[in-house]
Amino acid sequence: MDSRARTVLDDADIGRAIRRIAHEIVERARGSEDLVLLGIPTRGVALAHRIADAVDAIEGTSVPVGSLDITLYRDDLRLRPARALEPTSIPPEGIDGRVVVLVDDVLYSGRTVRAALDALNDIGRPAAVRLAVLVDRGHRELPIRPDHVGKNLPTSQGEQVRVELAEVDGVDRVTITGDPTADEGAEASS
Amino acid sequence: MKHLLSASDLTRDDALLILDTAAELATVTDRSVKKLPTLRGRTVVNLFFEDSTRTRISFEVAAKRLSADVINFAAKGSSVSKGESLKDTALTLEAMGADAVVIRHSASGAPHRLAHSDWIQGAVINAGDGTHEHPTQALLDAFTLRQHLRGGAGDLAGLRVAIVGDVLHSRVARSNVTLLRTLGAEVTLVAPPTLMPYGVDGWPCSTSFDIDDVLPSVDAVMMLRVQAERMQAAYFPSAHEYSRRYGIDAARMAVLPEHAIVLHPGPMNRGMEISADVADSPRAVMVEQVANGVSVRMSVLYLLLGGMPDEA
Repeated sequence: MDSRARTVLDDADIGRAIRRIAHEIVERARGSEDLVLLGIPTRGVALAHRIADAVDAIEGTSVPVGSLDITLYRDDLRLRPARALEPTSIPPEGIDGRVVVLVDDVLYSGRTVRAALDALNDIGRPAAVRLAVLVDRGHRELPIRPDHVGKNLPTSQGEQVRVELAEVDGVDRVTITGDPTADEGAEASS
Repeated sequence: MKHLLSASDLTRDDALLILDTAAELATVTDRSVKKLPTLRGRTVVNLFFEDSTRTRISFEVAAKRLSADVINFAAKGSSVSKGESLKDTALTLEAMGADAVVIRHSASGAPHRLAHSDWIQGAVINAGDGTHEHPTQALLDAFTLRQHLRGGAGDLAGLRVAIVGDVLHSRVARSNVTLLRTLGAEVTLVAPPTLMPYGVDGWPCSTSFDIDDVLPSVDAVMMLRVQAERMQAAYFPSAHEYSRRYGIDAARMAVLPEHAIVLHPGPMNRGMEISADVADSPRAVMVEQVANGVSVRMSVLYLLLGGMPDEA
């Protein structure tokens, strides 16, 4: 970890945020029958599984979980070398007529979510699509808003937000690094 | 990687990246919308100087599934039959804005010439050149082998594969020997002495003249088509004798280990290198090879064209 990194969420905070998101999702959907959770790789998938476990603990029902890779739908493919694909797995129940909750770790420009909506469009026709993110760091470039947020984190564009999860990184932690005063020309971290 | 000219250009990691990407892209075939927006606005030219049905259609389907525009350029009935050179054809395609050229040519090395000239800027993909190479065929064969015999993941370490038939004229055999070796498989070439290429001792594989010796100990056998159109001399006494000594039939199939599969790059000569009952058996995977060909070619097109335009 970078020495200047500030930890903004620790494992207990992340656990509480996930449980609250699970409650919100169930409340909004009035139960959990028609829900499908689709995580955006890599960390969105781990989060989706945790939210599903939390829903199970609340409602006693198991919610189908899948992953949705959006690489082939990105709008910046030609700015970098071709990327390796991540797995896409849609639960056997499908998404037609169901309430799909997209799950990602950080919401930033909104371009990832735009790509995910396009990808969903090619897979089926959900009754509704909602968005759950662990961290909303602002700086949207598209008219997209989250339905369920773990933590709103006001940042400057010069800062990087890093989400680490035990399944992927061996530790649960959200950190911020970089210059809080810089505002333009910064690279996106997610 | 800017072009795909030869299986020997691929490292183990390159090959695995192509196969893993193909495995993800294969799932598109099961969806209601069998199309991805990834190569929207890019143009792929199928430049076929030699007859081909399945390879051309396979590349065409692959490019269309990725939303690329496809132009089919067949030499027959085109300016090539009026005497146009490869260079002038290439310059024409470049002027029309081709982002990738998929080329099949009867001359070995034509794709290499195209890629290393300054005639065109786009990516060049070898779809078979003379008796030299056919890398996407080798990739789809490796994909099929991996799916059946290695659970669809990782490399082919320790897999034993026999390639039987007209090795001399086969670009499929050349590309397969290289690629399968790169992925860790052990390849044995089986052919009559007249159809074994000169210098084969230098290839990374073993050789045999006796199919019955080899079959009991392989995991897969790949039958090659006897390429009568490339034969200017008598390489074997008669079709019947070839078939009896080097063809696969039910009796030879029975000698294969239970898990072993039979591949053929197509088009098949039923009754020549492969009998009808073998071709129709559930252990013959020709139809899967065709389906996997689309996935592998999508993967190659995506990896060559999906990223930054000038990536070297």
